[in-house]
Amino acid sequence: MKISKGKLFDLYAVMVKIRLFEDRIVDLYARGLVPGLAHLYIGEEAVAAGACAALRDDDYITSTHRGHGHVIAKGAELKLMMAELFGKKTGYCKGKGGSMHIADMKIGILGANGIAGGGLPIAVGAGLSAKWRGTDQVTVSFFGDDASNNGTFHESLNFASLHKLPVVFVCENNQYGISVHQKQHQPITDIAIRATSYDMPGVVVDGNDVIQVHEAVTKAVRRARAGEGPTLIECKTYRWRGHHEGDPNQGSRYRTKQEIEEWKKKDPVKRLAEKLLADKVVTKKKLEELEANILKEIEGAVAFANESEFPSQEELYEDVYVEG
Amino acid sequence: MREITYAQALNEALRECMKEDERVILLGEDIGKYGGIFQVTAGLLHEFGDKRVIDTPISEAAFVGASVGAALTGMRPVAEIMFIDFTTVCMDMIINQMAKMHYMFGGRGKVPMVLRTNIGAGRGAAAQHSQSFHALYVHIPGLLVAAPSTPYDAKGLLTEAIKNENPVIFVEHKKLYVEKGPVPEESYSIPFGKADIKREGKDLTIVATHALVLRSLRAAEEVAKEGIDVEIIDPRTLTPLDKDTILKSVEKTGRLLVADEGHKTCGVAAEISAIVAEEGIYSLRAPVQRVCSPDTPVPFSPPLEQSYIPDEKNLIPAIRRLMEYT
Repeated sequence: MKISKGKLFDLYAVMVKIRLFEDRIVDLYARGLVPGLAHLYIGEEAVAAGACAALRDDDYITSTHRGHGHVIAKGAELKLMMAELFGKKTGYCKGKGGSMHIADMKIGILGANGIAGGGLPIAVGAGLSAKWRGTDQVTVSFFGDDASNNGTFHESLNFASLHKLPVVFVCENNQYGISVHQKQHQPITDIAIRATSYDMPGVVVDGNDVIQVHEAVTKAVRRARAGEGPTLIECKTYRWRGHHEGDPNQGSRYRTKQEIEEWKKKDPVKRLAEKLLADKVVTKKKLEELEANILKEIEGAVAFANESEFPSQEELYEDVYVEG
Repeated sequence: MREITYAQALNEALRECMKEDERVILLGEDIGKYGGIFQVTAGLLHEFGDKRVIDTPISEAAFVGASVGAALTGMRPVAEIMFIDFTTVCMDMIINQMAKMHYMFGGRGKVPMVLRTNIGAGRGAAAQHSQSFHALYVHIPGLLVAAPSTPYDAKGLLTEAIKNENPVIFVEHKKLYVEKGPVPEESYSIPFGKADIKREGKDLTIVATHALVLRSLRAAEEVAKEGIDVEIIDPRTLTPLDKDTILKSVEKTGRLLVADEGHKTCGVAAEISAIVAEEGIYSLRAPVQRVCSPDTPVPFSPPLEQSYIPDEKNLIPAIRRLMEYT
């Protein structure tokens, strides 16, 4: 598969957007402007960017507690995200969901999800629904390495394969289930081998290489759209920050600084920037311009969130049920 | 009017809704060729095909979660969980996903689905196939909970549940499936949150659910011989609950007995008693009585199970105790 120069640049733009958004959250969280929990995606940008670039606007995703990257890659607006993270009424969920529950049905985001493994059955349902409605929409379900030990993973892969549903299961193997290393949570190294049990293709890719991710997901999406059933794609990657922003010293209780530094050398964003420059796809100036534009958008989002109001007291009781 | 069983009434509601709206699809274990463990889906596979009537693997989280995903994306799924006991294996999908999405997403997205299941002891099925913990779902904001006691209510409430924009836990009672009653042949809906007065009386109010409605009606006939005139209120839906009808009845009778097959502690009867204590205590001339299942698992041995099940043997003495207060 040949990825065009324009496409490569688009992939890069999404990755930088995720990186800079998350960098800004580190700062805002430390200053107490983002309450609650923030599970950041820094280091894993290539997975969301590569996968979502293979989807159409009307395709679906289910996301995770570490979902900012997924929703940005699927087209979420930064200002609505930022306002949501601030708990403001102008946010995606009117301030009632926060970081872990960003959803936008209009662009196929069926929700980030606070429960590990919680999104997989929902993705299966979106797949069934597309099949029943006779559309060729595809659903990508993101989940982590340790979620592959949850019953929902096995139930969902079985069900999706049995009915040849248009679902792509994208496992982000970032090596840790919170503090527990993969070696301590499962007896296998490649989660993709579990696809064999469910009679579907299982693929391992370098999750820090956006081209590999994009190629694998594009192939799986093509297969899904053709009615040939689901695929399991395992993306090997690493999160640079702690499990969440309150995790002391980026997870020093359970991993070494050296390990983090080793993975930083495989920075997916820098890697693609170097390739773009080496292949003369873009100039350094163009990359700087891109970054400046994104930073401007982020500042606009922060200003919007800051200026927005918190929900009124009455809103506590709204949207529990659909009225009428 | 012709009489059909509670199971047939439910079957009719499903059939009519499936005919009317092609977004309605069914998922569950053994609901296809087998027709459902209690025959509620009998004949529907034949009529609507295996695309709309899906026999699922024993993967409750997958098919309840899939119903949530399908509902979010424009379908109207009706999932069947064979016994309420089995909802425990997909609790995340029910409580964290199905119930929460509309609120958690700030009104973006809705989950118009029905999860049909059943409660009730009395079939010698012991502690994991006989429970009545429907109160658990009444505790969770975001869910509607229906509790039909007659074939008429079963059909009308299920039709409403399927057409409703919210997720509904539709709690049937396994001892009622074979009970017969008058049911119109045409399609109709019973609005949620409207209690039905199953028997009018002036001396004492029984708020009864599910099979306890039938058992209370029998108890009422028995005590009528002693000159006691019992009123029986069937809430029909537990969320929303028609508090007004209950409070009005208590205002009239001054005596309240709440009868529900859930455990006594933290159950539906506890909640209704608390509402009357908060909002209608000055209407009461006697302490509230509750007739519920005891706080034990459901036992297997027939004499023990009979003792466990709340029925006339518990209702009649409770009625008499209440009538001691003048």
